[in-house]
Amino acid sequence: MREELEGMWHILLKDLKAYYFKPPNISWGILFPLVLALAFTLRNPEGLADMAPGLVAMAALFGTTSMEAIVITFEKRIGALERLMLAPVSLTTILLGKVLGGAVFGMVIAGVMTLISLLFLNMIIIHSFLFILVLILTVLAHSALGALVAVSVKEVFEAQTLSNYFRFPMVFLCGVFLPVEAMPPPIQVLAHFFPLTYTIHAFRQALAGSFILGLLLRDLVALVLFLTAFLILATKLLKRSLK
Amino acid sequence: MEAVIQVIGLTKYYNDLLAVDHIDFTVKRGEVFGFLGPNGAGKTTTIRMLVGLTVPTEGTAYINNLDIRKDIVQIKRHMGVVPDTSNLYNELTAWENLQFMAGLYHVPKIDRDERVRELLKTFGLLDRRSTRFGRLSSGLKRRLTIAAALIHNPNILFFDEPTSGLDVMSARSLRSLLRELKETGVTTFLTTHYIEEADQLCERIAIIVKGKIVTLDTPQNLKLKFQRVPTIEVTFSSPIKSLNLGDLEAIDQVKITDNTIRGQAMNVYEAIKALTAIAQEHNVEILHINTINPNLEDAFVRLTGLESEAMMVEKERRGGRG
Repeated sequence: MREELEGMWHILLKDLKAYYFKPPNISWGILFPLVLALAFTLRNPEGLADMAPGLVAMAALFGTTSMEAIVITFEKRIGALERLMLAPVSLTTILLGKVLGGAVFGMVIAGVMTLISLLFLNMIIIHSFLFILVLILTVLAHSALGALVAVSVKEVFEAQTLSNYFRFPMVFLCGVFLPVEAMPPPIQVLAHFFPLTYTIHAFRQALAGSFILGLLLRDLVALVLFLTAFLILATKLLKRSLK
Repeated sequence: MEAVIQVIGLTKYYNDLLAVDHIDFTVKRGEVFGFLGPNGAGKTTTIRMLVGLTVPTEGTAYINNLDIRKDIVQIKRHMGVVPDTSNLYNELTAWENLQFMAGLYHVPKIDRDERVRELLKTFGLLDRRSTRFGRLSSGLKRRLTIAAALIHNPNILFFDEPTSGLDVMSARSLRSLLRELKETGVTTFLTTHYIEEADQLCERIAIIVKGKIVTLDTPQNLKLKFQRVPTIEVTFSSPIKSLNLGDLEAIDQVKITDNTIRGQAMNVYEAIKALTAIAQEHNVEILHINTINPNLEDAFVRLTGLESEAMMVEKERRGGRG
């Protein structure tokens, strides 16, 4: 167990150093939330506080899935993923190391967005601990989704295209712009198949300071289940590549 | 001697394609074992199954008495692999790459710096320690890839084409390193296209063709197996024009290069008689005549059915005979 954790840690550090914390990615990580916030400020200056949790969730979604899918697909192409698979660690450990890398990067981008929202969009967080817990589960679940996409395709552009198939519908269905409850019933049902719905719902409760425990637990459990399911599926797909 | 790798009925199908067909062999502790074969024969698939990158369809292998189907993570702790491509991380320096590998292979933290420095020195990369992998020449990349495989002092090494892409000096120093590793009891399993390299380094060689092992023996025995058919080579004072190949019935697999004729003489006396007659008929002198004992390449060529381009051309000219 200790060796698996150690392996995961080294994969995480390597990915951060080799890919995520490169100047172009850092600048994208700061610019993306800035542009996002500015665009919505110009469009709708009054309703910004309402939209802030959605913007943070969106930053987490794009921050994790975009780089994560590129990193894994790139390593598959150059044979570097196979090098990891030669090491004395399990496939799950390799994927967890990769998922953590994407999650850290997503956390940075979502962190910048949170800071902007607090400073300029009048967002107030009543339950900071809950907000951070939801953010951590969100970046982990979406990073695992990025890993699942990456192991199921061969090329970097395929990973990007496939990611967009669910990223953009998620932005519109999961309550970023409009609360899920205000949508037509069939769409409300559909929205519950996406992890981002639970993120935004839980964020709103953390911000408001009042929550129904059952619903909050449902959100947290749903995010954990999505994370687990994505990881299991990604590991199975990676294992299938050995056949 | 104790078997460190024991392969039992190892088989791999890719859909309907049979890539490796129920192969069996053992590799002894401390042995340098060569695995040769033409492209597509099943070498890489075999090595991939042994190192855990491909799951066998049937059969299994035991490495250090552990089953590759059940205990692959444990096996990997004592196994170093040099793939046929140099696939370290372009964005990390030589030092960072080896540090990463040391961490991944559980080298104790206290020993890491010393081990990395030692390997960089051994492979002549100490002055390039701060250079990114992506900026190294292909030869230096190859050296660093090999160093990475040795980071955890493995007792079994798998080399897939170890000297491919290396310059003469680097290839030579790698060969001496392989000999030094053997002295320390490391078992080496290598695939190579360089038959001379296999001849120099390996104690035993298996030749795989179309997924089956066609022979497994020492290089010396493999050469002896074909000594019954010596090669004869004759050099004339000028090229023979309009040579009637019917005059060379005594020589098989004739290869003509400029003014030299080379082939396999089933009967050396008859072959020399025929060549002397050709020299007289074409009014040329015989400058040099030699019988050559088969080398490992001859054994390989005969076993795999691979022939050089010249042989193929000659065969066509003879209407497929020989």
